[in-house]
Amino acid sequence: MPEIIKRSKALSVNPLKTSAPTGASLAFLGVRRCMPMLHGALGCTAFAKVFFVRHFREPIPLQTTAMDQAATVLGADDNVIQGLVTLCAKSKPDMIGLPTTGLSETQGTDIHGLVTRFRSEYPQYAHIAVVPVNTPDYSGCLESGYADAVKAMIDVLVPESRELEKRADQVNILAGASLTPGDIEALREMAAEFGLSAIILPDIGDSMDGHLIEDDFNPLTVGGTPVEDIARMGESVATLTIGRSLWPAAELLERRSGAPDFRFDSLLGLEAVDAFVMALSEISGKPVSARLERQRAQLQDAMVDTHFMMGFARVGIAADPDLLLSMSRLVRSMGGEVVAAVAPARGPALAHVAADAVHLGDLEDLETLCGEHKAELIIGSSHAVPAAQRLGLPILRAGFPLYDQVGGFQRTWVGYRGTRQALFDLANLRLEHHAQHHELTPYHSRFRQADTAGVATFAASGTFH
Amino acid sequence: MKASEVAELLNEPACAHNKKEKSGCARPKPGASAGGCAFDGAQIALLPIADVAHIIHGPIACAGNSWNNRGTRSSGPTLYKIGMTTDLTEQDVIMGRGEKRLFHSIKQAIDNYNPAAVFIYNTCVTALIGDDVDATCKAATERWGVPVVPVDAAGFYGTKNLGNRIGGEAMFKHVIGTREPDPVPEDVARDYAERGIRIHDINLIGEYNIVGEFWHVAPLFDELGLRILCTLSGDARFHEVQAMHRAKANMVVCAKALLNVARKLEDNYGIPYFEGSFYGIEDTSSALRDFARLLNDPDLTMRTEALIAREEARVHELLEPWRARLSGKRVLLNTGGVKSWSVVSALQDLGMEVVATGTGKSTEEDKARIRELMGENAKMLKGEGARELLDTCYELGADIMIAGGRSLYTALKARMPFLDSNQEREFAYAGYTGMVELARQIALSLESPVWSQVRADAPWAAKKRITGVAHCALEPEDVTDEEGDNAPEPVMLTADFLPPFAVGA
Repeated sequence: MPEIIKRSKALSVNPLKTSAPTGASLAFLGVRRCMPMLHGALGCTAFAKVFFVRHFREPIPLQTTAMDQAATVLGADDNVIQGLVTLCAKSKPDMIGLPTTGLSETQGTDIHGLVTRFRSEYPQYAHIAVVPVNTPDYSGCLESGYADAVKAMIDVLVPESRELEKRADQVNILAGASLTPGDIEALREMAAEFGLSAIILPDIGDSMDGHLIEDDFNPLTVGGTPVEDIARMGESVATLTIGRSLWPAAELLERRSGAPDFRFDSLLGLEAVDAFVMALSEISGKPVSARLERQRAQLQDAMVDTHFMMGFARVGIAADPDLLLSMSRLVRSMGGEVVAAVAPARGPALAHVAADAVHLGDLEDLETLCGEHKAELIIGSSHAVPAAQRLGLPILRAGFPLYDQVGGFQRTWVGYRGTRQALFDLANLRLEHHAQHHELTPYHSRFRQADTAGVATFAASGTFH
Repeated sequence: MKASEVAELLNEPACAHNKKEKSGCARPKPGASAGGCAFDGAQIALLPIADVAHIIHGPIACAGNSWNNRGTRSSGPTLYKIGMTTDLTEQDVIMGRGEKRLFHSIKQAIDNYNPAAVFIYNTCVTALIGDDVDATCKAATERWGVPVVPVDAAGFYGTKNLGNRIGGEAMFKHVIGTREPDPVPEDVARDYAERGIRIHDINLIGEYNIVGEFWHVAPLFDELGLRILCTLSGDARFHEVQAMHRAKANMVVCAKALLNVARKLEDNYGIPYFEGSFYGIEDTSSALRDFARLLNDPDLTMRTEALIAREEARVHELLEPWRARLSGKRVLLNTGGVKSWSVVSALQDLGMEVVATGTGKSTEEDKARIRELMGENAKMLKGEGARELLDTCYELGADIMIAGGRSLYTALKARMPFLDSNQEREFAYAGYTGMVELARQIALSLESPVWSQVRADAPWAAKKRITGVAHCALEPEDVTDEEGDNAPEPVMLTADFLPPFAVGA
């Protein structure tokens, strides 16, 4: 178990942390025909929106209760009611997600009470789900806000269903904040390999994958978990949960549905994927398909090929807890060492990160630690790129936000195939970097006979040993 | 900040928006609002000052979601790109430890990054719990001898425009006038004297050097002997802002948002100003002419005219091949303020037809200019939502939409060519040289071979795509606008109308 080292600086420099309401919004963006509305000032929403637009390169539905000075001082309850009514009347969403912010929490909003008031005053909108969640900015990070929103959705939308007859071919997958749209697609395909139809909550694989739709415009999410599917999660034969941050949500769902619950820290790396595949096999009662066996064998081959590059590799990682855990285990499973691990806030996964120490801190800390511990490779978001450049180190982009390249948002990390590609990419970064920086300085012997003019000299090859 | 101070900033006398019955900035409507907050605006206005440590005092949201996302460029220091925040925790908020953390944060920033000054942005939570940022800044300045400037810009004070003004106000109150400008370096002074060129000191206000585009224009100022004491705030340094009060003429570039700084420089220091823009040939030329006029230097006027003639001829020749390609193409322009007409003339220079222009942030004078350029029946857009914007494109048969980044994915999702005209853009469009890049980028999107591919149906699909017509069936209530309640009725398309790309593709 790593030592968790607390923040010791007053000032956070080059923040790694993204706020909890932003994380909650992301979870809500994984629900079909949804509109998240942050209870706060204009900027709370505008900044979160720009953050996601840059990452996904998609229009992002996100609204605000638009607290101004009067509302902040005299009370913003009416802003919430008015905002809900406006959205219900104009956009007719299937669901409105309602995260609070630092501003409304400091003011002391009773968001749950307000939803109750809205329900009694506006029965005509009873068919539109409203899910409030407390996410003050000064507590937690993107991952915790996301997890709280998932739990809140289960709380509001999944009825007590322990007595219900289960559907043998239907499973729930609670998908953690570390998963990308590409990851979600891969999870669905893996479940389908066993004849299982998965209700994935939230399903950003369907809503945020970046696809053109037939319509030219839609003000709401254009995909995601249908609200009626969330209500049917109690009928599933089992639940698979990915990411320790979602375990409280998984516990709640288990209490509601009574369905057995399989939990996974990560789906990156051979052993992690094996555990997931075994669970699917057990739930479905079906053997592992030849297709998956082939993919597994391909991953094993890649592991053999890349162990030269990954062995003893000194890696620095900055990410939210679940992703940090997942990446650190992959590095360790390949013979590498995580010499700098930084997380923005506490999370249940930190105690299991494959490193000697985890620092709660920022990207300045990552930069300092990577320098001190002679890291050779960095794993982090686009925000970490300048640090990597200053250190002269290669970086594998992962986490939030990814804006300096296209396509990062949809990359598939999980499963045998995702892991294989991650290994190839990590190894290639090492190869390229080594070829550029770690060739031995040529030795020139004084006895050496002089070169004959005109004879071509060969550049050193990029072989890595 | 007191409500009365906010009201005073909203009531900017030089702002033409205040001359109509509906004054200032309207209150945002819950559930139907878009756009940034006052903190956002203050940060946009001041962050480009490159050698300052910009500390955002509050919980993580304000800095965490916004640092390092500005396209503004510096020719030297890059300190402004380092994100800094006190990242308050729950304990800080409950126990009232915000001020203490801020004080230590200032020390940390000074010790580790040696800034020319430190700016402290107050945000919602710290304003609400009553952290005394002014007092903390004063104490820190005295203790460490580095100027620490409070920018009281809690998001709930109002919109982004208000925030711009708050940023400008902070500069006026705490920074401008605190230092005299350096003399012109001797060798430079000698060189200009030998050539008989008199050097004038000027400022640019509200120019942000997005993707470094001002560097297209800056050499012209040097050539004319116009020394830019300070640009507020693109590629600026703290000591330049301090000496702004010694300029002899100011230009307010595009945004009306920092108008308060220009007006106060006029009121307090007698510096005349004009409003202008560097977008388009005509605007760039008239900006240079306006400086010559305000500075009242006949020799400068003569040299300016010569420079304009030379540059216009040069750029017209460069634009010739593009004009041939773009001529007759129809543009829907949706930007605000001065850009609503300055870009119109730029596009007309290219032979393009502007079928509609946005007037969301435009004044009556702006609108008069638009009528002058586009005729009495010019279609003006008043801050339409995404749905209305697209419908107007179809109705008017626009070939390309030119708008802010907020509309980028609206256009792309509708398979519509697009050019980003706002601060998020990635190309430099300012000045004469920028026009060539503008033409190139318009052609790049307009002529792209992807449009026909993404508009055509899959070979196995029987049904024909009719984007732009399908939504005619929508009830008006189905239309969500991002701008709130002032959007007009959606445009209903006539039955025989098909968007230009619906047929054949």
